[in-house]
Amino acid sequence: MSLVVSNLTIDHGAIRAINNVSFTVPQGQLAAIIGANGAGKTTLLRTLSGLKEAASGSASWNGDSILGARPEDLARSGIMHVSDGKSVIAELSVKENLALPGIWRKDKKDVALATSEVIELFPILGQRLSQSAGSLSGGERQMLAIGRALIARPKLLLLDEPSLGLAPLIVEQIFQTIKSLVKKMNLTVVLVEQNAMGALKIADEGVVLNLGSVVAVDSAEKLLNDPAVRAAYLGF
Amino acid sequence: MIRQYALPIWGFKMTQFITAVLTSLSSGAIYALMALALVLVWRSTRVINFAQAGQAVLTTYIGYTVIQRTGSYWLALLVAVVSGAILGAVIDRFFMRPIFKRIKSGPIVMIAPVVATLGLLGIIQAIIGFIWGLTNQSIEAPVSTGGFKVMGTVIAFSRYNLLVLIFVALAMLLLIILFQKTDIGLALRASAYSPEIAKLSGIKVDSVRTLGWAIAGASGGLAGMLYIPGYFLFPNAMDLLLVFGFVAAVIGGLESLFGAVVGAMILGFAINFATTYISAKLFFPTAFIVLVVVLLLKPGGLFGSKKSRSA
Repeated sequence: MSLVVSNLTIDHGAIRAINNVSFTVPQGQLAAIIGANGAGKTTLLRTLSGLKEAASGSASWNGDSILGARPEDLARSGIMHVSDGKSVIAELSVKENLALPGIWRKDKKDVALATSEVIELFPILGQRLSQSAGSLSGGERQMLAIGRALIARPKLLLLDEPSLGLAPLIVEQIFQTIKSLVKKMNLTVVLVEQNAMGALKIADEGVVLNLGSVVAVDSAEKLLNDPAVRAAYLGF
Repeated sequence: MIRQYALPIWGFKMTQFITAVLTSLSSGAIYALMALALVLVWRSTRVINFAQAGQAVLTTYIGYTVIQRTGSYWLALLVAVVSGAILGAVIDRFFMRPIFKRIKSGPIVMIAPVVATLGLLGIIQAIIGFIWGLTNQSIEAPVSTGGFKVMGTVIAFSRYNLLVLIFVALAMLLLIILFQKTDIGLALRASAYSPEIAKLSGIKVDSVRTLGWAIAGASGGLAGMLYIPGYFLFPNAMDLLLVFGFVAAVIGGLESLFGAVVGAMILGFAINFATTYISAKLFFPTAFIVLVVVLLLKPGGLFGSKKSRSA
């Protein structure tokens, strides 16, 4: 039960965005993928969720290959990707955004239960149900995007830069929520972040990417104390 | 003396005005069905479907054949709407989707699908010619096309025009319920607004798009069966309606179903009032005068979205 990425290579047009990347995330763990802008983090996540094709290599979840599968099929099998830029549909209401996984999920009782759990987790969403998602603040949109993913009862959550553009206090709140979800729901999480410090603090493992290649894979704690990583990515 | 003389003129003016309003509504209603068909396809696949005129006329020919065999307009209407839905779905699944799969980037992404629908329009019209010939056929209206009497004068608005209005209103109501109150409608809207987020939420966007084409095809099928009685049926019979439907959709901003209906009504009123009060020659130019004025005042159309979206 784990996410296994091995020798994965991805091209972005004529540019090699990800070069021969390998790492493993055991089930129930939170892995942070950190690196500067342009390191290929987003491209990696988009490939894992089926939005982008890989050039070579493999990626599997619980032994099944996930490369080449369609994003909607991966989502239905429990791999939810919360893309960057606060991935909500601005024209739909908060309630409608949350209802999207309920369209295809068979167990309607559990959809209702999951929805009430999400509203309990993010009470502000409960107060804004009939508002359009476009009217939410950045932090609220991020909560909505994560909340929508949770209603699908995911096993593997791929989060792209949830801290982007948010105030430090909100970032802290979102990070703590993610950390608590991993334990509470036995989730496996791949968290892509430029905010390396914040991400490594809540992560079990860390993968450091630079220009599409892995420069370090280790426990998050060790990476936080590694002088080279500190100098290059944590800024002290 | 003057009083006695003035009353009939006042009466004539009044019935003329009432007639203009009612015919505006019924022609606007037909434009609205065509505009809705175009907007539905535009929202789901970012294509202006010029083939819609061919699809609608083909399903009307199918309806015509049903009438020839059974004599029932109502059965023909049902068959035309259902075959319109099937034809729309088939065109998307086996013609448009393969085209979209093969072209990925460059200006051709915008051009090729539209040119493909134009080509398809020609092909469908040629097929109709082979099967039914090129001569004008006619479909008899199911209810009287004789005008109602208002204040002793027969006006150019009939029981049939009223039926058209009722049918279009019912179709709109069904669409509103479908889009706003059902899971299918939510999937259609989500896929139109943001295909990527819809996919990541587990919605089968490709199938939803095909459904959008099917609903558009059904709307076109209804438009054909309501438009052709009182007119003639020939392979190019719906071309003008396609143009008016397109103008109405653009006035409404192309994105909005509500906008398409409003655009169609504006067009219906403009055309009928211009031809009633100025000159019958203004029938065709009025559509474009309205279009140009609206686009100059509101370049995105009346209900267009402000932000641009990519396919």
